[in-house]
Amino acid sequence: MVEIKRFEDATPADYAALGMKSGLEIHQQLATSKKLFCRCPAVRPYSEEYDAEILRHMRPTLSELGEYDGTALMEFKTKKEIIYQIRRETVCTYEMDDTPPFELNQDALDIALEITMLLGCNLVSEVHIARKQYLDGSIPTGFQRTTILGVDGWIPYKDRRIGIIQLGLEEDACREVSDVGHLRTYRTDRLGIPLIETVTYPDMKTPQEVAEVAQILRRLARATGKVNTGIGAARQDVNVSIEGGRRVEIKGVCRIPLIPLLVHNEAYRQAALLGIKRELASRGITNASFKADVFEVDELVAGTRYYPLANALHDNLKVRAVALRGYRGILSTKTQPETTFAKEISDRVRVIACLDRLPNIAHSDMEGETLSSTEWTKIKKHARVGDRDAIVVVWGSAQDVETGVKEIIIRAREAMDGVPNETRQALPDGTHGFERILPGADRMYPDTDLPPLAITEDRIQRIKSTIAELPWDREARYRAMGLPAEMAARLAISGEKHLFDRSVKETGYPPILLASLFIDKVRSLEREGKLTAASDERIVATLKAGLAHGVDGGNLVALIEKTCGPEAIEPEAAVEALGLESPRTIEKQIAAFMKKIDLPKIEKDKLDRHVMGLVMREFRGKLPGKTIASIVERFLS
Amino acid sequence: MADVISSDYYKGYRGDALAALKRFQVGVWSDVEIDSTRGQFTGIILPRSETFDDKHIVIKLRNGYNVGLAVHTLKSVKELGRKEAHYKIPEKEFPHDPSKPLVKLLGTGGTIASRLDYRTGAVIPAFSPGELYGSVPELADICNIETEKLYGVFSENMGPEQWIGTAKAIGREIERGVDGIIIGHGTDTMHHTAAILSFMVQDPPIPIIMVGSQRSSDRPSSDAAINLINATSSAAHGDIAEVMVCMFGPTSDDYGLLHRGTRVRKMHSSYRSTFRTIGDVPLAMVDRKRFIHLRQDYKRRRSDRTVKINTAFDDRVSIVYYYPNMKPDIIDSLIDHDYKGIIIAGTGLGHVNKPLYPSLKKAFERGIHVYMTVQTLWGYVQMYVYDTGRDMMNLGVIPGANLLPEVAYMKLCWALGQTHDREEVKRIMLTSIAGEITEREPYNGYLIYQGGIPEVEEFISKHKR
Repeated sequence: MVEIKRFEDATPADYAALGMKSGLEIHQQLATSKKLFCRCPAVRPYSEEYDAEILRHMRPTLSELGEYDGTALMEFKTKKEIIYQIRRETVCTYEMDDTPPFELNQDALDIALEITMLLGCNLVSEVHIARKQYLDGSIPTGFQRTTILGVDGWIPYKDRRIGIIQLGLEEDACREVSDVGHLRTYRTDRLGIPLIETVTYPDMKTPQEVAEVAQILRRLARATGKVNTGIGAARQDVNVSIEGGRRVEIKGVCRIPLIPLLVHNEAYRQAALLGIKRELASRGITNASFKADVFEVDELVAGTRYYPLANALHDNLKVRAVALRGYRGILSTKTQPETTFAKEISDRVRVIACLDRLPNIAHSDMEGETLSSTEWTKIKKHARVGDRDAIVVVWGSAQDVETGVKEIIIRAREAMDGVPNETRQALPDGTHGFERILPGADRMYPDTDLPPLAITEDRIQRIKSTIAELPWDREARYRAMGLPAEMAARLAISGEKHLFDRSVKETGYPPILLASLFIDKVRSLEREGKLTAASDERIVATLKAGLAHGVDGGNLVALIEKTCGPEAIEPEAAVEALGLESPRTIEKQIAAFMKKIDLPKIEKDKLDRHVMGLVMREFRGKLPGKTIASIVERFLS
Repeated sequence: MADVISSDYYKGYRGDALAALKRFQVGVWSDVEIDSTRGQFTGIILPRSETFDDKHIVIKLRNGYNVGLAVHTLKSVKELGRKEAHYKIPEKEFPHDPSKPLVKLLGTGGTIASRLDYRTGAVIPAFSPGELYGSVPELADICNIETEKLYGVFSENMGPEQWIGTAKAIGREIERGVDGIIIGHGTDTMHHTAAILSFMVQDPPIPIIMVGSQRSSDRPSSDAAINLINATSSAAHGDIAEVMVCMFGPTSDDYGLLHRGTRVRKMHSSYRSTFRTIGDVPLAMVDRKRFIHLRQDYKRRRSDRTVKINTAFDDRVSIVYYYPNMKPDIIDSLIDHDYKGIIIAGTGLGHVNKPLYPSLKKAFERGIHVYMTVQTLWGYVQMYVYDTGRDMMNLGVIPGANLLPEVAYMKLCWALGQTHDREEVKRIMLTSIAGEITEREPYNGYLIYQGGIPEVEEFISKHKR
């Protein structure tokens, strides 16, 4: 069987050996005042309150090219009732699919086009709204209105380019509240907020690269200053495949630092699934010879002390055993840390048959912890199971258990084929579970409710003119100023780039000092909420005062905190309050001060004391008394 | 070359876009690599809606998205191959079960099952039993189904020819012995058709149910399937032998309502639950498990095969929706154009302004039949309460009780198709034959809840399961 390396131990060479490739789909909300296809306010943060509930069901429909989408059929099998919780302030009849769409939000289109241009994509000339089917109910229409604005762009990364497949503009979906049995509940306030989806080519070769590229793309979007930030405003889907495997999408990763472990686990999960494929092949199991038999075993397990099954029998649920011929040991094969192939089966049963009380299966590779050995013996005898076979027991209502049995067989069969195309849900521990079959192009359908919209040259030129400088050009310019490569790259797509440019021009501090000041120190003060009075204007004024008083670079953070923090002290006063003036500046000040003193005609030593007194009154504490005395003496002599 | 290329090869393209396709020697369904001033694109050229401009060609990218490329940006187009789409609803033979009743589905249009029309960019219906079974397999649990496409028109294009043809088809099917009839129909004028069929088809022995969808069936959230299932089970197993409309009941996907064909009206331009019984309660509610009668005064299903089909129709009738400051020339124009009947939708209890009186008098003298209805929709015409009303009756305007304006229009067309005798027309108009005039308005016939009121908010706050 395949060795699953720990995340800490895996090297780029290991991923290269697996032939791992990974790409990203980044969803980023745009900061518009209204939603994409209706005039509801795009309000954040969301509210947990709601005023009404509406129930809907979803049915699969044909794609434009006449195909049913696999995901759609899968969702239909789950027979879910979907409840939408709606709030008067944030939802109208459009989101509830009782009113046709209004004209596409033009502000959103402008922002999305700007980002499309930043990514160097080829712009389409005419926007066609498509309906992308989502039968999970996350959108009440059963589809997401979405559109492509550009294709085939790129961003620079290290010494190469990461390709951008496409950038789309679409409406955000509902937030799931709960999903229990055949009832799924959603809140609708997020629904319809404009979102861009940036899809990269699978150009990343290690888990760390995926996270780094995600970071760059996120910063790039944020650099426009026209996107939402905060929890859930940007969400990543990560696509992973290895040599011989298939593309699997890990959905809804809300924090970038979680990405590497998820990618790692998926790479090795695919390796493990390919190992299972080879094992089954070596056992001579083929599509033609695959055999699975189903047995009703309710009576054989009556009186069991295995509590999940005992509870099920108490609730009059049905119990079925599926004999998977030749599958002995497969279910206990490790696929993720602490997880075996049995979880792959259990996940399908949970999601598609809606048997979501875990454990939802028991299997013969794990006899000890489930049914008693007598019960297993009875079941095996009844199912005529030999040493080479595996048995999976599943329980549920008559209808659900039937779906469950079918899914067990489907997933077991897929094992012969290696890695199924799936969408998987990220879990907090870095592993992930089955969410649905990966949808394909078949779920796309033209939206007949809205006409196409031409993107005119005028519009493109207008937006282009507002993009002052492409991030890559800016980066080159920063490198020419002497910034290290990584710092130049970060700064070029940072929100502080304009502040940096201005400060370099107006204050004369060295660029490298300013760059590190802004993207590290000032940013962390801001994150901590310490810069309540900050504005570019004020920061530049602070720097100017700092420069005038010879404030050392290392002291600028403290100075900015004084002027832009809750105290909001004026720059000059802040320099003084912090005692930051450099000795040379103070010496000059003393000299200037003394020139203005009217020197009375008195004896030298009296004069010395008089001037010293005046100077000390003004400059006490700023320099040692001895130093001041020698300055005064030098002046008077 | 030109003679082997069918018109479909450039489907929907004209002007500059057509010229570009010809110049690059590609057509619809060509799989192409395009180099343009805005970059490179790869995909399949799709047909274009004729209503769109001639400045763009549409391609389906590999990812399934469609985009338009401006003709003036095209530098080169290279054909890689051709990939024609064969759009087809999966057709499965509708299983026949001799123990189940037979329902006939008559199609007039609407989107019970549908597919995309590239010419208009809109959806067009698909319809055979096999296609229906392919998209709504639940129907096979209910009954056996036969289908017949009578027309394929948008409901606003329904007219006397279609109404008469549909009524005759219903008569034929009843004689043939079907157990129920459902009529697929666009929703916009469904209540007009329901009204005229209520008059043309009298005392049917079986349910005749009109059905459609507010969200077309090419959408996962469509109400087509639920409406079709509810209508089919009501037609197959229900006991109400009248012309009805079966559509979505509440806001949620829950139950359907059966409305009497003469009291139903489309009340919202886009809501699913748009059909409401006006001035009364619906006949029944129906879902997958239940059929609940909401009233007992309905005509029962019979086993005989007798039905009276009367397709008389005179279309020289108009509805005048009165508004303050209406000028008499509106009425004069109808008189001048030889209209034979006028339905007025008057204000309040049934009023119009004084300047119209001379024209109304002239209409009466020319033998035009003028009936008053109310634009409030709910409530009766009552022309004795105010002088205005009494004055108008003296001018020959006949109060139409609580006939809905559209129903009054259909009934007057039907009456004038039979006779122009003033008294006979009046007798037909004011004698209720299909529930179009009710003697009493029940206390719960007018319930329009207003949002915001605490008890209403309480009612909608939780979906009752």
